[in-house]
Amino acid sequence: MAVSQTIDDVRNAIAGRQTTATAIAQRFYDRIRKDDPEIGAFLTLCEERALAQAAHIDGLAAAGKPLPPLAGVPIAIKDVMATRGVRTTAGSKILDNFIPPYDCTAVARLEAEGAVILGKLNCDEFAMGSSTENSAYYPVHNPRAKSRVPGGSSGGSAAAVAAEMSVATLGSDTGGSIRQPASFCGVVGLKPTYGRVSRYGLIAFASSLDHIGPFANTVKDAALMLRTIAGRDPMDATSADLPVPDYVAELDTPIKGLRIGVAKEYFGSGLDPEVRAAVEAAIQKLAELGCEIVSVSLPHTEYAIPAYYIVATAEASANLARFDGVRYGFRAKSNTLSEMYRKTRDAGFGMEVKRRIMLGTYALSAGYYDAYYLKAQKVRTLLARDFDEAFKKVDVIAAPTAPTPAFKLGEKVDDPLAMYLADIYTVTANLAGIPGISVPCGENHEKLPIGLQLLARHFDEATMLRVAHAYEQAT
Amino acid sequence: MKVTDKDVAYVADLANLELSDEERARMLRDLNSILEYVDRLGQLETDDVAPMAQVSDRYRADKSRQGIDRFAYAMREDVKDGLRKSLPHDVAVKNAPDTDGTFFEVPKVIER
Repeated sequence: MAVSQTIDDVRNAIAGRQTTATAIAQRFYDRIRKDDPEIGAFLTLCEERALAQAAHIDGLAAAGKPLPPLAGVPIAIKDVMATRGVRTTAGSKILDNFIPPYDCTAVARLEAEGAVILGKLNCDEFAMGSSTENSAYYPVHNPRAKSRVPGGSSGGSAAAVAAEMSVATLGSDTGGSIRQPASFCGVVGLKPTYGRVSRYGLIAFASSLDHIGPFANTVKDAALMLRTIAGRDPMDATSADLPVPDYVAELDTPIKGLRIGVAKEYFGSGLDPEVRAAVEAAIQKLAELGCEIVSVSLPHTEYAIPAYYIVATAEASANLARFDGVRYGFRAKSNTLSEMYRKTRDAGFGMEVKRRIMLGTYALSAGYYDAYYLKAQKVRTLLARDFDEAFKKVDVIAAPTAPTPAFKLGEKVDDPLAMYLADIYTVTANLAGIPGISVPCGENHEKLPIGLQLLARHFDEATMLRVAHAYEQAT
Repeated sequence: MKVTDKDVAYVADLANLELSDEERARMLRDLNSILEYVDRLGQLETDDVAPMAQVSDRYRADKSRQGIDRFAYAMREDVKDGLRKSLPHDVAVKNAPDTDGTFFEVPKVIER
């Protein structure tokens, strides 16, 4: 059997006794060992745990018992999510030796539904970056063009799916870190509504913006993954106590008559002409499928990046205060406590993390709080209102995911501001908390993938997935 | 230049970072470049706009109610007994760089 690439393929092959979960897991590990040295998607493999789970699934299959929805499906996890007994680094040297004593809820839910967790995926340090070049370990190469970045910060999660080293993966998205790498690597990536998926066990970057979500080869697989990880979790007070729809069952509900919004602010200067053409063609396709295309305005869009980088760094400066060398992680040798803190953080954090801690601390410091942090929070209200107004007129908004296809490794590494602008079309959904998905919508002349981004109302992932699925099926 | 060498030193101190001379120079350049870009927020009139600290209130708060009742969505019953178990002691200190098995150990704070 070839390496299966959708969740149902894998599950059905095991249920039909054509293969075993163990054989599939071993096949994926063989592939990782052969191909990952050139990609760099994985930081840690957890074969023992994976093979134990695979044996459990094979036992169920052999006994003729019903198999759970993700039975035997190889899945890998961005290394910002805690995994019991499996090293979790957040891509940082400061957590190089950290072995969590518990599982992230999203990981536990996948495993409870039968998934086989292969290992932990490379990412920008503490999920801070747009290219995965800020990993303290090694950069990830885009499987579609190895001289190019996979996007970030969940670059390993996107690359592992694109290189067929995992059937699906989990990533995190604070400003576009699922959708942008999905676009760069030509796979599907979904950021749910704020509160839809528990963040318990996610190493916090910016708590009001952090989300966990899936990467997959198909929209249906993304829907299956979301259905598994969504829902109230008593361990995360921000998780919403709202019913989880059956996203998979709703996929084939016709999209005819849905109103698709197009905002001119997402098609302005800075948008690569080939990306524009591909996204416009995708919108035309949605019109052919019976959707009504409606112009909407999101007038504050140009203020999203500056507002985001104040809010995100302010929250990061507080969240990362816990890394002080006392309870876990790396500790630098020192004779006094305060010197120990400083030396530990100096040696343990990389440059981009320090830059963001500095920016956030500055924005929160006496004399600058009103000018920066409070101002950014007010602009956040304006950005959220833009969406409120637009979603009175439309059901889904269609836009590019990123302004360009994947850029070259090293291209933006010395210019933080240029790197931040890679998130120009994605950060607003994090500030407003609305769901977004990136689906492949063609390639440029160099065969680099381009992503179509669809955004929807709070907790309306079902409609967003329906449109994404209909588009995918029609192309 | 809005941010000065002195600001960088002050903020590094607040953030419990030391930073090498080279890092300080780079921080000075990068913070000024980023803050110059952020300054465009000043173009927006926001005197009458309420700040947004988090997302859930935008769609979950019950605006027909007053005070803390607006946030009923975030409340839960008090737990009187049957509290969830916390991590066992030995597990909680297992990742510590320095421990005697009971406490996290750190360099001496108070000289006697």
